[in-house]
Amino acid sequence: MSASTTTLTMASDEEIVIRRVFDAPRQLVFEAHTKPEHLTQWLLGPEGWTMPVCEIDLRPGGSWHFAWQQADGRKLEMSGVYREVVPPERIVNTERWGPEWPETVNTTLFSEREGETTVTQIVHYLSKAARDAALATGMMSGIERSYDLLDALLRKQR
Amino acid sequence: MATDQLSKTFAALADPTRRAILSRLLDGSATVKELSAPFAMSGPAISKHLRVLERAGLIRRGREAQWRPCELDAMPLRDVAEWAEGYRHFWDESYRRLDKYLDRMKEQGNER
Repeated sequence: MSASTTTLTMASDEEIVIRRVFDAPRQLVFEAHTKPEHLTQWLLGPEGWTMPVCEIDLRPGGSWHFAWQQADGRKLEMSGVYREVVPPERIVNTERWGPEWPETVNTTLFSEREGETTVTQIVHYLSKAARDAALATGMMSGIERSYDLLDALLRKQR
Repeated sequence: MATDQLSKTFAALADPTRRAILSRLLDGSATVKELSAPFAMSGPAISKHLRVLERAGLIRRGREAQWRPCELDAMPLRDVAEWAEGYRHFWDESYRRLDKYLDRMKEQGNER
């Protein structure tokens, strides 16, 4: 199948939604998202990163901790706590990238239709600082406008 | 860019009047009077928006007391666009890899 595209939209003032369709049954997609032996094979972002830490305690109250590393030494860490775990439909967890970053509550939904599975991630900002950021990130129009402004500006500079 | 600076930029972009002001400034620098012309808003109300934009680093203002023309500074916009694109890019690259990985998982499932 041709690769589906990943969409990022701003659902409300405080939410970013990322959606993607996979040509695989829901049970498999859920496993790929929740077992370290699978996650470390694909949740790597752009080329060049590895995922040396992938700890998952998949139950309400259980914690998770991911860390990535680049060959040049750059590192990225994320951690949080699971709030709801409903295999193979739904996971709700907190997420924090580091002390400087605001905590978010992420809901990941898995829905299957005719053998294809749609994964929807809803990233919800909670803290005041994040809310301010999300007030604007959260604003599709804000982001779209900033892209439009950027496009217009780059055209002018040419 | 520091997180709080990104937050300031986002917050500044969150308002339609401020986005309209930025759009106007794409055409070149302008005075407060020129900027307030399209809006049914007082000079002080517009000045308040300009202060938010200035603090977010999105505009620069001249120092001549009388005119203080405003001009656009595009760097923070670039950062916001890069941030959103970087976030989407991370997931898109990961998901492309997951497509292939799921195919392998399906094959292994069939072999069992």
